Amino acid sequence: MKMLSEGSSFLKGLLLGALFCLLLSLLGSLSSEPQPNTEHGDDHGDDHHHHHIKAPSKEELQRMPEDLRMQLSQNVRVYCAIMVQPKILNFWATAKDTWSKHCDKAVFYTSESAKALEAVDLQEKDEWPKIRKALKHAFENAGDLRWFFLARATTFAIIENLKHLLLIKDSSQAFYMGNVVKAGELEYVEYDSGIVFSYETLRQLVRIFNDEERCPERGRALWKLSEEKELALCLKYTGVYAENGEDSRGKGLFNKKSVSALISEGLAKSPSNVVENCCPDLAVTFGGMSPNQMQVMMFGVYRLRPYGHIYHDSLIFMPPEGSDND
Amino acid sequence: MRFRSHLFFLTGLWAGFTFIKLCVYYVPERGHLPTIHSSNGVAGNSHREKRLHLHPEEDGGGAAKLARKVRVLCWVMTVPKNLKTRTQHVRATWTQHCDKVLFMSSVNETSFPTVGLNVKEGRDQLYWKTIRAFQYIHQNHFEDADWFLKADDDTYVVLENLRYLLSKHDTEEPVYFGRRFHPFVRQGYMSGGAGYVLSREALRRFISGFATGKCTHTSPIEDLALGRCMEIMKVKAGDSRDASKRETFHAFPPEKHVVRKIPSKRSWYLSYDYYPTLEGPGCCSDLSVSFHYVPPKLMYELEYYTYHLRPYGYRYRFDPELAKRKLNHTSP
Repeated sequence: MKMLSEGSSFLKGLLLGALFCLLLSLLGSLSSEPQPNTEHGDDHGDDHHHHHIKAPSKEELQRMPEDLRMQLSQNVRVYCAIMVQPKILNFWATAKDTWSKHCDKAVFYTSESAKALEAVDLQEKDEWPKIRKALKHAFENAGDLRWFFLARATTFAIIENLKHLLLIKDSSQAFYMGNVVKAGELEYVEYDSGIVFSYETLRQLVRIFNDEERCPERGRALWKLSEEKELALCLKYTGVYAENGEDSRGKGLFNKKSVSALISEGLAKSPSNVVENCCPDLAVTFGGMSPNQMQVMMFGVYRLRPYGHIYHDSLIFMPPEGSDND
Repeated sequence: MRFRSHLFFLTGLWAGFTFIKLCVYYVPERGHLPTIHSSNGVAGNSHREKRLHLHPEEDGGGAAKLARKVRVLCWVMTVPKNLKTRTQHVRATWTQHCDKVLFMSSVNETSFPTVGLNVKEGRDQLYWKTIRAFQYIHQNHFEDADWFLKADDDTYVVLENLRYLLSKHDTEEPVYFGRRFHPFVRQGYMSGGAGYVLSREALRRFISGFATGKCTHTSPIEDLALGRCMEIMKVKAGDSRDASKRETFHAFPPEKHVVRKIPSKRSWYLSYDYYPTLEGPGCCSDLSVSFHYVPPKLMYELEYYTYHLRPYGYRYRFDPELAKRKLNHTSP
């Protein structure tokens, strides 16, 4: 008799405990995306919890009602900030004539002015102060654009694929994205493969630009760091971490090398399945491209295709007005 | 006694809580759906899927229909010394999309495999090689295809776009297609490097021309000499341009055609074009069929650009069917 009452107490407790826990975890999963600011403290030093942003899968997109999908694809709009110089006028002209036409707004930033070069003159030769000024200018001139893409003149970006990647992301969250590299304890986004900022990140970045101690204007004097590391350190002080941009299978979408270079490497390593092993279908960036290579890529991306191969994509992006090479 | 039952209750509470917590946090994430990657020749995949180079999320319905209707035999002109450096990459890339591929050389190499034609190697032997190749095909493979494509080992071809072009024509008509050049042959002739494709009737007439002596080895310049024979045998030099009048076969790699240049004196290679040459975006059809002077590395790049890299959700400007309908509407 005694054991039965004890057993039933135990069972009552078991059931109650289980229900309570289920309720808690249900509530926990309802408060949507991971907050980069708070989560990262726990993951410090733990390599296994790689910070990544994955493109939405086909299933995820199909689950969404169509008008929501339409709305999202119209709302994700990108401000492209492209860094040029007079001595590489050809790169400016090519970027202007090719991929940047697919940005909602494309602004070129130059170190000094030059005839024929249509760009914002930052009057700054050093790269890190130049980037700071460009980002500040971009933030101040964003209008209603909420995503920012910073690139060198030698980078080619496929903006539609960037938009696909950002589709269900929230620009009021602070994170920056691209190809993440680790140097010691510091994880940073590579400059050569292009850097994506949410509006909130830029807002915090512009604010910390005023902190000469944490984020010195001309970079750290004691040891010279690359711009990408300066950026990572400044952002780290605001609690913003680098996120690796990947497709739904986990393959990196941001490349600092050109297709040509990646194919060469692939051929040398393993002559079979060269194309499959090279690069993802929905790649966002390729770096180290010459102007001619960019023109060929423009044709290869936006035009050349095999008749009869149809993809039933869940979004629609229209070609830009007044352009003839796409 | 009440204390004991409270203890059991609390123990139960803790156990239940912990059990559920364990379940929720350690159940493995819903695994990725298995990818049916058909292009790697995994056992059991249909030959059609392998040829079409499809992705799991792709609908190759249109291409498959066309493939059944328009069978293309590809023959690639090559030499023994190129097998490892060039031809193996041709074999690994675009020729996978042919209904049948034959690598024509002067030496029979069963491991590759290559067909050994009764010729010597050398630039002056190119037309002999071409004649012998077509004779070999006519004798051994005439029933295997509807159209017969010739390409060099540095030509890159997009078979789907070739089939699309050919689907609008009748293979029992005497016609051949390629990058149309002039002068030298009144109706024009097709650039050898850009690749050219003969209908069944065209091949019959080419063979018959040599059998009857109407055609002879007039010159080692393969494309020119073949063009002369075609004209003699009344095989029409077709117009391979797309519905917007843009060229589909190209005698150079994409870079040479696509890059916008400052207009300059017409270079030698521009002056051969039968139709007015367009530079910049107008140079090349979205549904381009071929490029020439393509080294192995570029073949893989073009394969990536053609069949893999794409802008998600993009509405292409050029809709070949729409352009055709517009054309039909405006013509009298």
